[in-house]
Amino acid sequence: MNALRSGGLLTQRELLRWIRQPATPLLNLVFSVMQLLIFGVLFGGSIVVPGGDDYIGYLVPGLLTLTVLFGLSSTQTAMTADATRGITDRLRAMPMNSSGIVLGRGGADLLMSAIEFALLLAVGLLLGWRASASPAAILLGLLLLLWLRFALLWVGVFFALTLKGPAQVAIGMVMWPVGFVSTVFVSPERLPAGLAAVAEWNPLSATATAVRQLFGNPTGVSGGILAEWALPLALLWPLALTAVLLPLSAHAYRNLSR
Amino acid sequence: MVEGMTDVLDAVGLTKRYRGVPALDGLDLTLPAGSIHGLLGPNGAGKSTAVRVLATLLRPDAGRATIAGHDLLTDARGVRSAIGLVGQTAAVDEVLSGRQNLVLFARLGGVSRGDATRRATELLGRFDLEDAADRSVSTYSGGMRRKLDIAVTLLRRPALLFLDEPTTGLDPRARAEVWSAVRRIAHDGTAVLLTTQYLDEADHLADRITVLGAGRVLASDAPDTLKRRLGPDRIVVTLPAGSLDTAEAALEGFDGTSVDAERSTATVDASGGPRTLLAVLAALERSGVTPEDVLLRRPTLDEVFLALTDKELR
Ligand SMILES: Nc1ncnc2c1ncn2[C@@H]1O[C@H](COP(=O)(O)OP(=O)(O)O)[C@@H](O)[C@H]1O
Ligand SMILES: [Mg+2]
Repeated sequence: MNALRSGGLLTQRELLRWIRQPATPLLNLVFSVMQLLIFGVLFGGSIVVPGGDDYIGYLVPGLLTLTVLFGLSSTQTAMTADATRGITDRLRAMPMNSSGIVLGRGGADLLMSAIEFALLLAVGLLLGWRASASPAAILLGLLLLLWLRFALLWVGVFFALTLKGPAQVAIGMVMWPVGFVSTVFVSPERLPAGLAAVAEWNPLSATATAVRQLFGNPTGVSGGILAEWALPLALLWPLALTAVLLPLSAHAYRNLSR
Repeated sequence: MVEGMTDVLDAVGLTKRYRGVPALDGLDLTLPAGSIHGLLGPNGAGKSTAVRVLATLLRPDAGRATIAGHDLLTDARGVRSAIGLVGQTAAVDEVLSGRQNLVLFARLGGVSRGDATRRATELLGRFDLEDAADRSVSTYSGGMRRKLDIAVTLLRRPALLFLDEPTTGLDPRARAEVWSAVRRIAHDGTAVLLTTQYLDEADHLADRITVLGAGRVLASDAPDTLKRRLGPDRIVVTLPAGSLDTAEAALEGFDGTSVDAERSTATVDASGGPRTLLAVLAALERSGVTPEDVLLRRPTLDEVFLALTDKELR
């Protein structure tokens, strides 16, 4: 069976799981909306971004990027659960192209991200977020987000294949500083110099800023690498991550038989 | 007929080491089509390692094997198309229903949608799972899960089926159901390699038993031959408090007499079968001891190991 077909079947499996047990995907969505409400409504009034008072306009693209990051842990958790349950072994012992396993995972994860985007944008609209851009630019922004999600898929797969027990939990914690020391919530121009440099080079910042530019939302940056290079960086960072982690994941997968 | 032509599995010298320590050490194994082979051994003997190597999940460090004509090392895909694997944990999706699991795995195995649905219904019937077919697997009992797990491997009618401790943790009724399923699978022409920690399970099901200890083959024989080598069944008599010495004296003349003061039992080899049993009871009667309980039992796996490793050392 070729990878595309088995991948499609495994994505369908995930959809069936969502239907039978909607609590899991729903909690995921509630979590995203909750973040938007907390940061948009509760903290929104107290956070100021340079060049405007439109914090919700700044926040929505940032949160879209953050859900992409947190998506990494759903990839990792699901892969690990299948390995522990012996389902991965069952699939490995079948005459099936092994890329299908990751393709199936990726299909479901990208779909979940797309649903999260739609929901966040809808709630964002209710809270006053507006895009001042062409539909094509908005679509391009969403594709950039999915591109980052695709790269993080490999990060999740790699961790699932190589880390055991507590180390897996540690990844869940590491995501928070990675998410927060970026331009997701605050402008780098408001950060202490050291942190600002880290935030500028954070791959999430490139995507968040590029999406803000494409949506016509405040970017919070008036100069520096992000202001000038956000879009190419948002293309290159995921490419680099994939280029490194795809072969590493493939290697880790082959090592399962050692 | 050429020897080996009808063998579904032919393995020679399979070895697997973890950090230099062999988990499996030179396993030779041959399975004719439709036969059941029992791989018997305690925890850590290397049973799962053997199964995982043969099911292409682990690469052996040495040795070779052919499965249904496919070379294990060079044609993993061919091997995979000929085998079914039921691992030590039930590898089914807990959220999906039994039917959805069957259809999913059938289709992943290349069966068309229509055939997958038909085959799923057929197997649900055969394994007596119709009533639970559309419920989440998370609501299934251990026995039902195990049956579904086995059903999943039969979707593609494999030539060789691996069952890794299929009855560990099951209640007696579920165990009996699994046993009859295994017999039927072999009857339908699929060879079965079954691992177990229970001598009686291997004895009931297998045409041939290989005993593994610390990764090495300690014995490989037909169950009857093996049992003969292991010695006779045992008669275990539970005695009333205080009568142990009298009983020991009365049973002195029998083979393999031993007493266990802690449990208040005397054990005698049933060399002559039921006749020995009658003689034991008569001897006790004569010395005025009335047993509280009498049972006839097979050597336990522990005794098998003692017997086999003793012979190894000698
Ligand atoms: N992944 C592993 N890494 C290190 N040692 C292992 C691994 N898997 C199994 N072993 C060791 O190999 C031996 C055989 O294990 P196993 O085949 O699981 O035994 P069984 O299935 O008979 O209980 C055991 O000593 C076990 O600790
Ligand atoms: Mg085992």
